[in-house]
Amino acid sequence: MSTTMQEARTTTTANAHLPQVTQARVIESEWIKLRSLRSTFWSFFAAAAFVIGLGLLFSLVREQNWNQMPPPEKLLFDPTQTSLRGTYLAELAIGVLGVLAVTGEYSTGMIRATLSAVPRRLPVLWGKLVVFGAAVFAVMGVSSLITFLAGQAIMGGTHHQASLSTPGALRAVTGAALFLTVICMLGIGLGFLLRSTAGAIATLFGLILVLPILVQALPSPWPEHITKFLPLAAGTVLMNTVKDPTMLAPWTAFGVFCLYAVAAIAAGAAMLKRRDA
Amino acid sequence: MIEARGLTKRYGDKIAVNDLSFTVRPGIVTGFLGPNGAGKSTTMRMLLGLDAPTAGTATIDGLSYVDIAAPLREVGAMLEARAIHTGRSARSHLLALAATTGIPTRRVEEVIDLVGLTDVARKRAGGFSLGMGQRLGIASALLGNPGTLILDEPVNGLDPEGILWIRNLLKSLAAEGRTIFVSSHLMSEMALTASHLIVIGRGRMIADVSVQELTAMSSRDQVRVRTPDSARLRELLARDGIVVTSHGDDVIEVSGSSSTDIGLIAARAGIPLIELTPQQASLEEAFMDITRDAVEFGTPQRPDAELATAGRSTT
Repeated sequence: MSTTMQEARTTTTANAHLPQVTQARVIESEWIKLRSLRSTFWSFFAAAAFVIGLGLLFSLVREQNWNQMPPPEKLLFDPTQTSLRGTYLAELAIGVLGVLAVTGEYSTGMIRATLSAVPRRLPVLWGKLVVFGAAVFAVMGVSSLITFLAGQAIMGGTHHQASLSTPGALRAVTGAALFLTVICMLGIGLGFLLRSTAGAIATLFGLILVLPILVQALPSPWPEHITKFLPLAAGTVLMNTVKDPTMLAPWTAFGVFCLYAVAAIAAGAAMLKRRDA
Repeated sequence: MIEARGLTKRYGDKIAVNDLSFTVRPGIVTGFLGPNGAGKSTTMRMLLGLDAPTAGTATIDGLSYVDIAAPLREVGAMLEARAIHTGRSARSHLLALAATTGIPTRRVEEVIDLVGLTDVARKRAGGFSLGMGQRLGIASALLGNPGTLILDEPVNGLDPEGILWIRNLLKSLAAEGRTIFVSSHLMSEMALTASHLIVIGRGRMIADVSVQELTAMSSRDQVRVRTPDSARLRELLARDGIVVTSHGDDVIEVSGSSSTDIGLIAARAGIPLIELTPQQASLEEAFMDITRDAVEFGTPQRPDAELATAGRSTT
């Protein structure tokens, strides 16, 4: 045993200038962490299944009821958005994934090993954002594309389908993946800010799902003024191809949505840097 | 070499670590002792930059931990065995840590073999026993083959074979010139492993001594005397102001006098002695002695000070 250590020690001393901690290495470390948890796989699987399964289901229901639909409704019908409806359920799985990427480390004590290895701390936050952001965008991008193409094929039976060349369709498919990517990052930011799984999940879905309901309770005209700036409303405009006049312009709306994530990440970064681990 | 200067940690108005200054030298195992809640873990977390000191500094080989470019290669730490995600395998855990500093997979396999976890390396760590968790903690500390090791209660939960293994491992690592800093609340364990001791109580420094010095510091040096005429000998000794601390039918224990003096007194009075044994306090007793003194005669403490340290019993 001591011989092994002795030999190894000598090698170490021989290479005095050994690799240091870099952002790229921390990203690699976070990638290993992402791949090595079964729960991460199931979150991705669930999110993809929601997007594709519900997208196909909604497309099928619309297709079968197309002839009973009143004409004014037909005029505003958005086949792209219909096939992407599953995104609203996938956001739950992806939000929880982002939160657990951080709070899972705090609740198990893993965070102390992580921060001992990367004592400057912030590279861990950036690493998680990059790795989870890229993974969510890739998996959900593919899922959105699949559900879009399959959904349109279904709705093609009554010839009211969209295609990728339909104005706004490609943006909507990308937008669904972008929305979920930012949801995940918002979860990561809140995870570092609050450290507790329950607290961060409650805050995340309070912001996304409960806040709009509370705003609706305000007297007119407040709801109309405020709603378009709320995270869920602003984050999902990209997914519409039929313009909704009560909402902000697509990319402006997405920018507003991103600001929520930026705020949560900035607050999380400040806490990560300052608080005892 | 680890150096702490005026290290202080305050939680609100509670002081967990109070103005600690010490140096841990390379080449030997230094034990870090104190009752539960004395502030050992807090001190170690400050050494590793996990907790920010309220005052004072801690450096390792002259650098603050945060400024070390490749921490795992300089300092191996095991703060608690369970610093691992329960859903991840031991191997993946080590690979993820190793990646931060570009440590090759080969080295990961090496430390897994070294701590004897080869058979379970691909199993979820959540199912590990306390002893296996401890071994995994040691494996992560050794990952970067560091010159400094900081281990918090490494023998906790290990079976006798594991304890012996740790003891020999630490000694051999120290013999290679590394700096080894190991905390424990068990004096008996440290007596067998460490050659230098830093003892704290309630966050304050009590002793920074070699193991031999600590034994000598104890006030409990006693002489055990067996004689058929114990009553008479007690009288004679009492006349000279010597205290007899306990006695049985024919056995008395005398403190505050040497065996020579007692022997002479008995000889002059013609009392036969069957046994006359100087008894040095065990390290365990010496430890209890000095930590109790710290509690009783420490600086004027606020009444809540004991609660303050007890409140963070995991520290």
